[in-house]
Amino acid sequence: MSTLHTVNKSSYDRNTLETCVSLTTKGSEVILIEDGVYSAVKAGNKASLIANAMGDVNFYVLGPDLKARGLNESQLIDGIKVVGYSDFVELSVKNDKVSSWL
Amino acid sequence: MSEIKKFCYLNRTAPYGTVYAWESLEVVLIGAAFDQDCSLVFVDDGVYQLIKGQDTTDLGIKNFSPTYSALGDYDIKKIYVEKESLEARGLTLDDLQHLVWEDEDEDWAERDSIILVTKDELAKVIDEQDVVLSF
Repeated sequence: MSTLHTVNKSSYDRNTLETCVSLTTKGSEVILIEDGVYSAVKAGNKASLIANAMGDVNFYVLGPDLKARGLNESQLIDGIKVVGYSDFVELSVKNDKVSSWL
Repeated sequence: MSEIKKFCYLNRTAPYGTVYAWESLEVVLIGAAFDQDCSLVFVDDGVYQLIKGQDTTDLGIKNFSPTYSALGDYDIKKIYVEKESLEARGLTLDDLQHLVWEDEDEDWAERDSIILVTKDELAKVIDEQDVVLSF
């Protein structure tokens, strides 16, 4: 069953992304929203969390949250897609379920 | 009654420090009251919720841990505990409450509710659910 996972906390503060990624099955999708977007920065020392799972999981970052925090696409781990609100809605509908990590 | 869905309650927080564990238990009981197919998952600090011998008398707050032993009466038979989370915290199954449900097909024999699973097994369990609620 396909799942879209949402992660809204920084991986430098909480372990939600780490646990989320470790419990996803192949083909799952993860969208980083709110403070979750900090985890997508390539130069950060938590970047391997995402980079290592990139082959099995599709990663997205919510653009408006990225912009609000003064970050841009060029700073992100390669392969992460930046999406807007309407894409977020489509991802939610496309997958069988949404799992919101708190 | 409409279709039964598979509900998974994902517990990742220790009890008492925040209200998540107690809130989760309340929502679980609601799901069970509506005859849904409920599975509980305990991972990360969530495994601390099931430790036996909790005593909150000096805190002046309710010790809700005895409620877990009532889950069997609500037909909740699947309580998954992640092995890696237990081990990382120096815990074993013996440190947790012994939770059971009664099998009416077998003269009400007691069956263990707690299922110890590895991370990979747990990923599959969560994948099969219709709804995942995270606490």
